[in-house]
Amino acid sequence: MPHPATWLKPLPQGLSCEPGGFFVDPVRPVDRAVVTHAHSDHARPGHRAVLASPATLALMQARLGEEACLSWQALGWGEVLRLGDVLLSLQPAGHVLGSAQVVMEYRGSRAVVSGDYKRAPDPTCAPFVPVPCDVFVTEATFALPVFRHPPAAAEIGRLLQSRALFPERTHVVGCYSLGKCQRLIALLRAAGWDRPVFLHGALAPMCRVYEAQGVRLGDLRPATVAAKAELVGSIVLAPPSAVGENWARRLAEPVVGMASGWMRVRQRAKQGGVELPLVISDHADWDELNATVDEVGAPEVWVTHGREEALIHAIGKRGVTGRALRMLGYGDEDDAGGESPPAPSPRPPPSRGGGADSSPPPLEGGGWGEGPSGRGAR
Amino acid sequence: MIAFAALLERLVFTPGRNAKIALLRRYFETTPDPDRGIGLAAVTGALAFAAAKPGLIRDLAAARTDPELFAWSYDYVGDLAETVALMWPTVATGEKAPSLAEVVHTLETAPKGALPGIVADWLDTSDPSVRFALLKLITGGLRVGVSSRLAKVALAELSGGRIGADEIEEVWHGVAPPFLSLFAWAEGTGPRPDPDAAPNFRPLMLAHPLEPGDLAGLDPAVLRAEWKWDGIRVQLVATPLGRRLFSRGADDISPAFPEIVEAMAFHAVLDGELLVLRDGVVAPFADLQQRLNRKIVTAKLLREFPVAVRLYDMLFEGAEDVRPLPFDARRARLEDFFARTRPARMDVSAMIPFGTVEDLAALRDGARAASIEGLMLKRGDSPYVPGRPKGLWWKWKRDPLTVDAVLMYAQRGHGKRSSFYSDFTFGLWRPAETGGEELVPVGKAYFGFSDAELGFLDRWVRAHTVGRFGPVREVEKALVLEVAFDAAQFSTRHRSGVALRFPRISRIRTDKPAAEADRLATLMRVVEGA
Ligand SMILES: [Zn+2]
Ligand SMILES: [Zn+2]
Repeated sequence: MPHPATWLKPLPQGLSCEPGGFFVDPVRPVDRAVVTHAHSDHARPGHRAVLASPATLALMQARLGEEACLSWQALGWGEVLRLGDVLLSLQPAGHVLGSAQVVMEYRGSRAVVSGDYKRAPDPTCAPFVPVPCDVFVTEATFALPVFRHPPAAAEIGRLLQSRALFPERTHVVGCYSLGKCQRLIALLRAAGWDRPVFLHGALAPMCRVYEAQGVRLGDLRPATVAAKAELVGSIVLAPPSAVGENWARRLAEPVVGMASGWMRVRQRAKQGGVELPLVISDHADWDELNATVDEVGAPEVWVTHGREEALIHAIGKRGVTGRALRMLGYGDEDDAGGESPPAPSPRPPPSRGGGADSSPPPLEGGGWGEGPSGRGAR
Repeated sequence: MIAFAALLERLVFTPGRNAKIALLRRYFETTPDPDRGIGLAAVTGALAFAAAKPGLIRDLAAARTDPELFAWSYDYVGDLAETVALMWPTVATGEKAPSLAEVVHTLETAPKGALPGIVADWLDTSDPSVRFALLKLITGGLRVGVSSRLAKVALAELSGGRIGADEIEEVWHGVAPPFLSLFAWAEGTGPRPDPDAAPNFRPLMLAHPLEPGDLAGLDPAVLRAEWKWDGIRVQLVATPLGRRLFSRGADDISPAFPEIVEAMAFHAVLDGELLVLRDGVVAPFADLQQRLNRKIVTAKLLREFPVAVRLYDMLFEGAEDVRPLPFDARRARLEDFFARTRPARMDVSAMIPFGTVEDLAALRDGARAASIEGLMLKRGDSPYVPGRPKGLWWKWKRDPLTVDAVLMYAQRGHGKRSSFYSDFTFGLWRPAETGGEELVPVGKAYFGFSDAELGFLDRWVRAHTVGRFGPVREVEKALVLEVAFDAAQFSTRHRSGVALRFPRISRIRTDKPAAEADRLATLMRVVEGA
C-alpha cells in the first residue's frame, strides 16, 4: 500500500495528486483543479478544467464569471469518479454552502483533504462527514486553545439584545460575503427576526446564489444611504472592509459589529474599532480540530495553513504524526475578519485549444471523464 | 456574575457616553440586589479587598494547561488573565457560576492560602467571559472606561427623572456597597439616604469663561470680584461623623493633606482653593504638584511644601444648607464663621473693590503674580447652584504673556511623537561673566505648534545640530521662538532664577535674528512687576 506521501505532494501550485493528474485548490492556473469550496483563496480563476460540488460551481461562476475556467464538472456527494488509479469523491465539509472534503483512494491507501471546515451546526450547508483515512489534510486557522467558538445562536442573541437596548441605532455587522453573511441571516431567522435584513451591495450576489440553491433567506433589501430612515433600528450586513468606512458612518448612529472567530481575542476586536464583537466562525475551533483528528483516526495529519505548531504539538502527544505543509496562498478569507476581494485572474483564461475557432474544447487530456487521461497517466 | 461579565464585555468596546449609560442602566434594572450594587462598586472602584498577584493566575494556568500551548497562546493574546480565561479547560461541573456578591464576599474574607483552590472552582463553573471578569476582578485589573460620574448618571436614570446625578453625588459618600438604600431611593421604593450627617461631597458651582461680548452686559453694581488663584479647587466637609477634603472631581484627597484635615475643627461645608503658602505668599503651582497624588506624606514634604486653603464660599453651616442664600449673604456668613472659629491654615479670599467694568479690566491686566490666573466675577445675588449655570459666575483669565526666546536644545517626544524632536528648551540672553552676552535656559515647551510647524522644527533641529548628549541635541543658537506662558515666578530651582507656568510655542520667528531675542532682564521685570 503506497504511503500517501508518494502520490499526494505539496507543490507551489497546490496539493498535487500525481496518479490522478489533478491539483486540490491550486493557487496557480493548472490543467485540472478539484476545488473544495468557492472562497477566493481556494477557488481561483484560470484553470482549464474544474471539478467541484454543484453548489461550489454555481458560487464560483457567480463570483468569477463563467469564462474564468474552461470547463466545469459537478460531482455530487459520495459519487465516485475514477481518474487513472485514483478513486475520487466529495463529502460535505460544513464550512459554507457546497464546501467539500476531497476523498482520494489510490491502491488501497486513502487521503482526505478537508479544505476549510467546521463541526458546529450551520443551517445553510450540509454538515461535515468524518471519513476514516490514512492521511487527513486539515486547516489550522484557529489552532490555539484560546479559540473556542461559543454557540452561534448565543452570539446572535447578543446582537438582538443590543438591538433591543439601542432601538434607534442601526446595527451594522461586518461579515464575509460568502458563507458568513448567509449563515448570519439564517441564524437571525431562526432566532425569530422576520424583519427585512439590509445588505451592502457587495453581499447581494452570493445571497442570490444561495437562494437559487434552495437556501431560504427571507426578506433581503439593499442598504443604500437613501434608505437611511428605513435603516433606523434595522440590522445591516456589510463586508468587513465597509463597516469601518464612511459608508457605515453615514448610517444612523451605527453600532458596528463584526462576526468572526478572531473576535474572541479582545485586542483583535479593539484594533478593528468594533463595538459589538460577535464570535461566529465558519472554521473549526481548537476543540473541533482535535476531535476531528481523533474521529477520522488517521495516523498522520498534514496541516495546510494556519497555526500548525500548536495542533501538531497537541496531536503528537496523542501519538498522531503531524506534518506542516506550509502552503502559501490560503487563509485570507477569514483572517482578521477581512475579506479578500475575488482574486484577480493571474493570467488570462487558457486559450481555447490553441485555435481561434469556437470549436468545443478538447476533452481528452483537459476535461474530466472516466478512465485515465493522457496527462494523468503519465 | 454572568450579567456583570456581559456588562463588561459591552462596556469595554463601547466608545459612546450615552451608550455606556444605557448599558449600565439596563444592568441596574435587570440585576437583583445585592449583585447590582457590588457591580456598581466594581466599576466605580469602590471595592476594597486586597488584589491577588498575577502569580496566582500563572500558577493556576500551569496546573491546568500544557506549558507549550500556554506559551503560544499567551504570546498571541498578550494578556495573562484573558489567555487563562480563554484556554481554561472546560469541565462539566453542572454547577452555576458564582454570583458577584458571593465572589466579592469570599475575596474579602477567605484566607489567602485558600484562594487558589476557590478560584479554580469558580473558573470551572464559568464560561470564558465570566472567567475573564473574575480574573480581572481578583487581580484588580478591571478597567472599563467608566467614570464614577457616569455610573451615577446611569443610576439617576433609574429614577425616571425624579433624581438628578448631582443629588446622587450628594448622598454618595454616605452610602456603601451594596448600596441597597441608594437603589431603593432611585427606584422610588425607599427614602433618600440621609447624607447630611455624613461627610459627603456636594457638587461644585463652576464659572463660565468671560467672552469679550459679555463685558457690555455686566452690571458693576451687582458684581463681586475676587482673584482667581492658581491652585486646585477643593471642598472641605466636616460633620460630626467625619472630615473630608474633596477635589473638584469628588475624589477624596484627605490622606494627601493631613494638616488641612487636622485644621477642620468645625462643622461646615466650605469651598476654597488649595495652595502652597509660605509666609502668606502663594508658591508656584509646581510646588503644589509636589503634594498631589502622593500616597505617603513625609514630614519633609509637609515642611517644604506647606499648604493652606483660601476660602471662597460656604455651602453648609452646621446642618444648615445655606446654598439657596444669595452670594452676599453666604459671604457674610463665611466671614462671621471665620472670625469665630479662626481655623489654622485657612484664610478668606479677599473681595476686590472696583467701580466700573474698566476698573476690572485694568485690575485683570495689572495682575502679574504667577499665583493669580485672573479674576472671578460673581453676582451678589447668585445662589450656590451645582454645575455651570449661565449668567451667575464668570472667570476672566488674563491674556498670556509672551517672550521671544532662542532654541537651545531639543529632545525626542514620546508615543506618537517619538520619531520627532518635539521637546524644546529655549533660553534668553543675559550678560556673561566673561563679558558679552550668553544664553541661559528658561524653560521647556513641547506643545503649542501645529503638525506642520513640528515638521519644520524637527528638520531644523536635525540640520543644525552642534552636539549630542544622549537623547538630547544641542542646536545652533539661531532660531527664535515666541513662547507664550501664563505666569512667571522667581525660582531657586532654575538656573535662570525664574520659572514659567504653562509655556508653549506660539510662533516660530524665522524673521527675527537670534541676537534680537529677549533678555532675561525683561522677563525678570514681568516677575517683579507682579
Ligand atoms: Zn474558506
Ligand atoms: Zn481558506
